[in-house]
Amino acid sequence: MGDRHPAAQSAGGVAVSRRSGPVSPDEAQEELISVRSDADIVVARQRGRELAARLGFGLTDQTLIATAISELTRNIVLYAQRGRIVLKALRKGGRRGIMVVARDDGPGIPNVEQALQSGFSTSGGLGLGLPGVRRLTDEFDIASAVGRGTTVTVKKWNR
Amino acid sequence: MAVPILKQGQYLIATIQDALTDADLQQLRDGLVTQVGRHRSRGVIVDITALDVMDSFAVRTVRDIAHMTRLRGAETVIVGMQPEVALSVVQLGLSLEGVHAALDLEEGLAFLDEQAHVVSGGRPRG
Repeated sequence: MGDRHPAAQSAGGVAVSRRSGPVSPDEAQEELISVRSDADIVVARQRGRELAARLGFGLTDQTLIATAISELTRNIVLYAQRGRIVLKALRKGGRRGIMVVARDDGPGIPNVEQALQSGFSTSGGLGLGLPGVRRLTDEFDIASAVGRGTTVTVKKWNR
Repeated sequence: MAVPILKQGQYLIATIQDALTDADLQQLRDGLVTQVGRHRSRGVIVDITALDVMDSFAVRTVRDIAHMTRLRGAETVIVGMQPEVALSVVQLGLSLEGVHAALDLEEGLAFLDEQAHVVSGGRPRG
């Protein structure tokens, strides 16, 4: 689900990865939420919180996860109008985790590095807020290509 | 879901009771800014105790409410932010600069009373 659009690589999309060891998603717990309007932002973050709670995350982490999902879904509505959120349960060793994939076929981000700079756009009113999402999560990965869309994948592990 | 706005004396109290969409938040902002004029209110309390997520849009809208009502002559106080929400707001790197906050409704009302006292030429602020 976190696969990148093949074209995203060749079209100059910048990928930023912080990957760790292999993850075996042995859980069938996966949800897809299609995003079309601002009401879906609420739906996506509520589903994310519910899944996080089922996976044993505490209230604080549930809130951080729900907030990250809210930002990612808002980016879809704001910049691409439509897209989807995939929520997935993870297990690595004895740890549980949650993966959130936010994917759209929108205009893409021309300068991913800039969009990831702290302070870029979060207070300016244009949304994006990717640096914030990165701080809320443990792993963050983005692939974006102008004219083709953006896929952001984040993971959070239960401590 | 719309947020009810109650008039209590010279204050308006808006208590958020459920998750809000962006449209709900904007409606709340516009409602408060309008009603401050209609009731000649001197203060606004927005109770966000039930708000389980505050993302960048919610933070910005709350900031807008505070700034817009101030331009209309009323101070806004945010009350009831949950500790987890406070953490996520800080981690997101968002700021509620220029927005008054209090622990709960009671503290919020006390703050507004104090402000009104100062404005009406009472004893100077300590």
